[in-house]
Amino acid sequence: MRPENYQAINHPPSHEYELNFGPNHPGIEGNYALKVKLQGDQVVEAHADGGYLHRGFEKLMEGRLWIQNIALVPRICVPDPVPMEMAYSLAVEELGGLEVPIRAQWIRVMQLELSRIAAHLFTFGGHAATTGMYTTMYWGVADRDLFLDLFEELTGGRVYHIYNIPGGVRRDIPDGYLDRVTSTLDYLESRLPDYDNLFFTNQVFVKRATGTGTMTQQQALEWGVTGPNLRATGLKLDVRRDDPYLVYDEIDFDIATEEAGDAWARTLVRRKELQQSIRIVRQVIERLPSIGGPIRCPIPNPLAWNVPAGEAYARIDSSKGEVAYYVVSTGGDKPYRVHVRGPSSMHAVQVLENLVTGGRLEDVAQIMFSLDACPPEVDR
Amino acid sequence: MTDIDYKAKGSILNPLKNLQFLGRRPVTQPLEPRPASANYRGFHLNDWEKCIGCSTCQKVCDNAAITMVRIPDIKEDPVNGIRNLRPAIDYGRCCWCGLCVDICPTGSLSLSREYVHTCTQDEIDSYFVLPDSSGMHGTYGHGWRKTADADLVDLSRHPMAHLEPPQRSDNFDEIMLGFTRQEAILEASRCVQCGMCHDACPTHMDAPEYIRAIWQDDPEEAVRQIYRTNPFPEVCGRVCTHRCETACSIGRRGEPVAIRWLKRYAMDAVAPERVKEIAAESKSDYMTGKRIAIIGAGPAGLTAAFDLIKQGHQVDVYEGLSEAGGMTRWGIPEYRLPAAALARDVDVITSLGVRIHYNRWIGRDIDMATLQLEYDAVLLAIGLGLGRSTRIPGSDHPQVRKAVELLREISQGSVFAVPRSAVVIGGGNVAMDIARSLARLQKREYGTVRITACALEDRAHFLADEIEIIEAIEEGIEVLDARGPQRCEQHADGRLLGLKTWKVDSIFDEQQRFAPRYDNSDERFHEGEMIIEAIGQMSDVSVLGPELTELLEWNRGRLKVDAAGRTNLPWLWAAGDCVNGPDVVHAVADGHRVAASIDAYLNIREDVA
Repeated sequence: MRPENYQAINHPPSHEYELNFGPNHPGIEGNYALKVKLQGDQVVEAHADGGYLHRGFEKLMEGRLWIQNIALVPRICVPDPVPMEMAYSLAVEELGGLEVPIRAQWIRVMQLELSRIAAHLFTFGGHAATTGMYTTMYWGVADRDLFLDLFEELTGGRVYHIYNIPGGVRRDIPDGYLDRVTSTLDYLESRLPDYDNLFFTNQVFVKRATGTGTMTQQQALEWGVTGPNLRATGLKLDVRRDDPYLVYDEIDFDIATEEAGDAWARTLVRRKELQQSIRIVRQVIERLPSIGGPIRCPIPNPLAWNVPAGEAYARIDSSKGEVAYYVVSTGGDKPYRVHVRGPSSMHAVQVLENLVTGGRLEDVAQIMFSLDACPPEVDR
Repeated sequence: MTDIDYKAKGSILNPLKNLQFLGRRPVTQPLEPRPASANYRGFHLNDWEKCIGCSTCQKVCDNAAITMVRIPDIKEDPVNGIRNLRPAIDYGRCCWCGLCVDICPTGSLSLSREYVHTCTQDEIDSYFVLPDSSGMHGTYGHGWRKTADADLVDLSRHPMAHLEPPQRSDNFDEIMLGFTRQEAILEASRCVQCGMCHDACPTHMDAPEYIRAIWQDDPEEAVRQIYRTNPFPEVCGRVCTHRCETACSIGRRGEPVAIRWLKRYAMDAVAPERVKEIAAESKSDYMTGKRIAIIGAGPAGLTAAFDLIKQGHQVDVYEGLSEAGGMTRWGIPEYRLPAAALARDVDVITSLGVRIHYNRWIGRDIDMATLQLEYDAVLLAIGLGLGRSTRIPGSDHPQVRKAVELLREISQGSVFAVPRSAVVIGGGNVAMDIARSLARLQKREYGTVRITACALEDRAHFLADEIEIIEAIEEGIEVLDARGPQRCEQHADGRLLGLKTWKVDSIFDEQQRFAPRYDNSDERFHEGEMIIEAIGQMSDVSVLGPELTELLEWNRGRLKVDAAGRTNLPWLWAAGDCVNGPDVVHAVADGHRVAASIDAYLNIREDVA
């Protein structure tokens, strides 16, 4: 328990009661708890507690070789693991002065966007379920599976890809892979009208989400909100465009924004991002065949690899917001310190606590899903 | 951007759209078995034929999921770098990252396309699997495998700077110039610390430890590790037969780690005075009062001296020639092993208190009986100082020389008439040494090289190191394979004309005994003013005197010793080339073994008294 979560026992007024929302609750994405104080169904106070999933990632990384950590980092965010691998790799590459081959950079962009699509499909499903629409959840999870198939073929793993290592990627794309990506993207595009009908223009969703969990742009900036959640308050801020990494500066895409700052706007931004991600992946498919060369720059024997001393901060835009790794090396074969700047630790703690306060109990789950927080990453 | 109006109010008939789904396949479909993708990271497969038990997979495993299990049915073969260990996987810990596959030095590990593991028994044991090539529940085929562009093992060696043929062909300057600090660290970083080198080395050098220390840029620690097992690092860092590199697991698919050169780097990087301090660290503080005489200041004798002096005994070494080192001093040319490098090794040993008495021949200046009286133990390490003769017709001509004796003359700087042309009989390293030494003298004297080396073996089975042959050819020596010497031809006036050879059909008979068969239709004549026989060496056992020779037991011309190097006489041990045949690092190993035996013997006697 975090110290601020500790409360001396003082009996609440008779009309107030406390409810433990989670850690075992279908409205919570994973092992995560929200202690809400209610008056009737009005939330008076909320306390987030992410300690149920503490695995000590940052500390574990200090005891492992540079290369061993690539198997650890995707676990920090299960639904969207690629950005974790990527940010770690980018930071180590910066420290070690490794030049990632162009081909690997394009493959990385493709992965990032495929991962974003898969993560968004998962979130839509979850979000719809919180408003009682379970069909969307089935669809979302089933269609996400098609993207996991693509990952399985590319990386050998469906969820934990462990595919990016400092220096590049671990395997080249299989024969005919880009065709299969294209056909899956075609399929997803053909499904989008169905999703719109079922969920995004569904009045159940529109009416329940509009005005729920609203934050202003000012609040969002003060609370450290990033990614789609920030863009839903009307601010066009995206690391991919503002601080381009990999080859994003060569790619043509729009930054999806909405103005309202509520649950509806956040979900809509993600819905629009789906199309942008499809657009980006299609550009990769077009470019990749003409880019030859290696998929990884030479790296030393992983068992005897001293990364030069220094510190590096690598940030990228994930489906959840800005993911960054701050890595410190003292010139040894293991990191001296790794700090993970995960978006969910902001979204699921200070933002969620603030947004649900004053709202109603039935909206708590919806607000949480609209923020798209990822509990394993809250308490690392 | 999408043009759908999300805020539009829907029509009351919207629910009727659902009817279209009646004709579509459901999104949720029943599970059917389907093959995993071609690259799937499933359960492990391990080709036991290829696996050498190096444990690299275990080292890279981030979850400590791999345990190396001893399989008694598999034969251990340390010389070729094979252990009977095989990885067992704890699937309660494994995370299927596949790093074990990517780093496997042999490429024996892969992951299968098997998706699921269901326990067939309610035992936790079913999570501990010893993978072989058959798969966990039958063969599902290979999934994640090592590919050339994904290999995590660095297969190519960092080259060492060396003299090119024009720079080296007329002088005795050392050819290999040594690693720079950066090169050494890079080369050391290739090591996966499997320890195959340690197992293969006759003296079991702690190579993984000193390589690690070099990688950590701590050459002093490397020297410390080296001196634990080898007091001749300058020598072994240059001319060792490097069994370690033959066994190196990186060498399975690529070039082995340059273990020998790394040892040399460690010695180059630390000042000789500091090396002496490091070597003295483990020296005993008290003297036992026991006295040991060692005959022969070669690697075996001095290694034993090094060990015994550290244990607190007093050691006197008697050397017949003017400098220490034995065959490493006189038999190995300067361009491979500079005398100064050898002298540094000897210096370290004498700095510990070992006394070397030069120019003292046993049998001439001092006799064995005196040694037996004056010392508690005597070690015979007289090496193989005499060359063997082919005994072909004409080999008694004065211009037919023995390689070791001629090499000694060259090393001593003796003046002799350099022949304008010469023929070397033999295809081993000694043959290459004398051929290349003479070539240098010829080049210096006459500007041209006319030397022919005739080996019995064919090119694929040459006894000399590959690099020696390549460099010899680069230096202008004609190297012929499968030529059997038949006769040394001489002119009527007594001048030597050259060597007549026949082609060799086979060297060994069915029982693998030496019985060369020749094809006398393929006869060749090789012109040479001098013929050098480099076909083997033997000991000069005449130093023992007839009385002792009679008392000692012999084994086909060599002294018979037990496993600890002791002869049948309780006070006399023998070690080195004179017992084992020629090899520096074996001599060092022998020195250690004998020293341990002598030390044990002296301690026991003290207890009895």
